[in-house]
Amino acid sequence: MRELEVKTLSDMSIKIGLEVHCQLTKLKSKLFCPCSSDYRDKEPNTNICPICMGLPGTLPTLNKEALFYALKVCLALNSEPNKRILFFRKNYYYPDLPKNFQITQYDRGGGVPFSSGGVLKLSSGKEIRIRRMNLEEDPAKIFYEGSITSSRYSLIDYNRAGIALLEIVTEPDMSNPKEAREFLERLKGLLEHLEVSEPDLEGAMRCDANISLMDGTRVEIKNISSFKEVEKALNFEIARQKALISKGIKVKRETRHWDEARRITVSLREKEEEEDYRYFPEPDLVPIAINEEMVKQIILTLPELPEKREKRYVKELGLSETLAKVIAYDRDLMKLFEDSLKYCNLPKKIGSWIVNDILAYLNRKNLTLKDLNLDANKLAKLAEYSEEYKVSDKKLKELLNELISGKKNFLEVLKTLKKEELVQKDEVLRIVDSVIKSNSKALEDYRKNKKVLDYFMGKVMEISKGKIDAKEVRNLLKEKIEEIIK
Amino acid sequence: MKKLYHLPYHELRRKIFDKEIKVKDYAQEILERIKERKDINAFITINEGILEEANLIDNKIKEGEKVGRLAGALIAIKDNICTKGIRTTCASKMLSNYIPPYDATVIERIKIEDALILGKTNMDEFAMGSTTELSYFGPTKNPLDKERVAGGSSGGSGAAVADHQAPLALGADTGGSVRCPASFCGIFGLKPTYGLVSRYGLISYANSLEQIGPMAKSLKDLSLLLSCISGKDERDSTTLPLKDFNFSFEKKGKIAKRVAIIKELVEEGLQRGVRERFYSALEILKDMGIKISELSLKILEYAIPCYYIIAMAEASSNLARYDGLRYGLKLKEGMENFSLYISKIRGEGFGDEVKRRIILGTFILSAGYYEQFYIKAQAIRKIIRKEFDRIFKEYDLIISPTMPSIAYKLGEKSKDPLEMYLGDIETVSANLAGIPALSLPCGYSSNMPVGLQLMGKPLSEGLLLSTAQEFERIRGENFE
Ligand SMILES: [Zn+2]
Repeated sequence: MRELEVKTLSDMSIKIGLEVHCQLTKLKSKLFCPCSSDYRDKEPNTNICPICMGLPGTLPTLNKEALFYALKVCLALNSEPNKRILFFRKNYYYPDLPKNFQITQYDRGGGVPFSSGGVLKLSSGKEIRIRRMNLEEDPAKIFYEGSITSSRYSLIDYNRAGIALLEIVTEPDMSNPKEAREFLERLKGLLEHLEVSEPDLEGAMRCDANISLMDGTRVEIKNISSFKEVEKALNFEIARQKALISKGIKVKRETRHWDEARRITVSLREKEEEEDYRYFPEPDLVPIAINEEMVKQIILTLPELPEKREKRYVKELGLSETLAKVIAYDRDLMKLFEDSLKYCNLPKKIGSWIVNDILAYLNRKNLTLKDLNLDANKLAKLAEYSEEYKVSDKKLKELLNELISGKKNFLEVLKTLKKEELVQKDEVLRIVDSVIKSNSKALEDYRKNKKVLDYFMGKVMEISKGKIDAKEVRNLLKEKIEEIIK
Repeated sequence: MKKLYHLPYHELRRKIFDKEIKVKDYAQEILERIKERKDINAFITINEGILEEANLIDNKIKEGEKVGRLAGALIAIKDNICTKGIRTTCASKMLSNYIPPYDATVIERIKIEDALILGKTNMDEFAMGSTTELSYFGPTKNPLDKERVAGGSSGGSGAAVADHQAPLALGADTGGSVRCPASFCGIFGLKPTYGLVSRYGLISYANSLEQIGPMAKSLKDLSLLLSCISGKDERDSTTLPLKDFNFSFEKKGKIAKRVAIIKELVEEGLQRGVRERFYSALEILKDMGIKISELSLKILEYAIPCYYIIAMAEASSNLARYDGLRYGLKLKEGMENFSLYISKIRGEGFGDEVKRRIILGTFILSAGYYEQFYIKAQAIRKIIRKEFDRIFKEYDLIISPTMPSIAYKLGEKSKDPLEMYLGDIETVSANLAGIPALSLPCGYSSNMPVGLQLMGKPLSEGLLLSTAQEFERIRGENFE
């Protein structure tokens, strides 16, 4: 009986939805004022102006570039932009809001979201539906002494206040934490690729998750700092809810906070009904019409999207599907790959190196491509030289790994490569010489019949175990024998 | 003897250019006048640097440098328009120490024309009121009868101009705040078409309704000041894409031919004296060859509730930023709890009328009531707009009294908010519809001025001004 129950629990359907807030870090200025959108590493409260500080009398004006960036993302996700862009005020008192309201978009009360619908495909082919996207302003950043509950004071840095945020809300289409993580990784790749954001920057891409088991109560998890943490937080939450359900306890509708240090979710507030934000249309911003022409223009400027690129790698460049998938969805790898191909035409070799050697190394060491002293030019040269110098695959891998890990610099690698080739050439010469010497009978036969060369060839290849280039051996043999019998 | 301060700006300007007078001497005279008439309480703050600034203009003129259209004009500025380095209080305790780090667009524009900021004028706190009694700095009195109010909320600006403490002033009009004091003090005041004048730097009360407007002793001055402040501003996205205004009417401008009066605005609730002045004004208009028809516009029954719902909703959000954390009133204690701190600050910093409107506005926007009030008010606003559009297809202007009565006695209306709100019946429609409205004096009742209001279709300021100019001319002739 008990076993049966556990079994049903493990089969329980899980629904996970995500709400991602992504800063459009590539913009020059904030969403509604001329302050720089590059606020990181600046003295607190220096990247501000009367507008983003909400000083009396100031008015917001929309950064048109932000509109284009948001449209790019929305078109890349096949989300339908609304014909009229309307902003709303979300009213609540919090010290991180200079005006005590946030300018955002709203899908009720006469408002419309920036865009509706859309999909993002996972590697399994499963489609995660996008519910909507909104453009809004980021609040300021609050620093606590220690934790939010024990801190004696809060320090507010308004440098971040007013940064353009794109809010992307999914349908609850993910059925396990792994899918949630993959969704985020793919979304990150897309945003990087569209050159609207640098999600790796601290706080540039933030995520809240909601989860329900067996169509039960929806629980929200906030304060998740990274994709890895999303998976951990969701796993914890599933275990917690399963335990409750198996004990017959009802899961409460609430918002929970992911405590990274303790690796648990803790209840933040119970949510019997939605908080009243008193949304109403922002009277200081006029509605903006999105016309077909604008959309067409943006479609033309969109870079090749990962899905399409993956197909091209397989069809035109002959990459395996696995390699193509990995490279096409990771912007940094993709860039290294494509750039390398500008210097050499060896896609399969480069592709394999990037995934099997470079990426493997990065994952092992928990590094990113930027940490390596490796660029497309070096990679391409190495690939070309390796073709030219006929170095054994084993030796080549060794060299590549030495280059990746920084054990050898590029010049040293090239020197070794040349030396290696010389060693190999010596080796070939040695074998050729010994084969000629130990087959004097065949040498006599050769005088009458040139085809005997094949016999020598066979012997050399046999000794070298086929590791050397046949054409080259043939030339070498012919040269040596002709010299002897002259 | 007629003093310099009695003169309208365009006459002073000639004297300044002819080097007959120095701006500095004139400024000195004005400062003395303000000091003498301190009991009117028109100003909250006087620009300390005014004499030095006047000197600079004098030097410019002496050196023969080119000077702007408002050279030497001393302009009184309503205290909800931000002036860099000069305290801007909104007549509130909350901002009683607030010095803006930037100039409002209109201030930049008049400074470019070599105008001088004379000082900041009294008003109802955050522009919420029609009498300028609801000021943290005490009421402004009507210069024609100190027992009476100057009107509001731009009462300080109205009184300053009427009392010759300033030749020109800027007010701001959310539901009649320029026109009401113009009417009560017997001067000219204009609420421009929504979007004609930048609101950047105007401390918001009800964003979708308000416009900064000029106030003056003469139509010539009024149109000059309007020309200088109008036009597209990149910092205010609600401004219309228009440039280079010149509402001048040196030559005889085109005047209105067909005028409508609206039954709902002229029948009930008008004071007898006001009604009499209004109907004699109609006679003058007829003398000018204007055809007058009476129409009915039932929807205007809802204009006041509609106006107050929208204004209070917007205000409740606009005024949320005053939390004592970044600027304005601060408390030394109680910082350990954000909610308690801001409750305390807002409790202390805001007056009763402001609190009333914030509370009502918050209620109006609350879940469940938003549809019932805010959405409905917006729908009514749309209908009013459409109805006005329809009327302006057939008529050039709509005319009415500016206020249903002469200036109230001090304390007469401010004790009963509802009665005060009802006094806005003539004026709020122009704000709801976003159309221009001009108030001009049209006579006296019980020795107090009565104002005539002209409303026209969007951007018909030129027509309003030239029609008013012609009205003035004929009225002057009749007097002689
Ligand atoms: Zn800013």
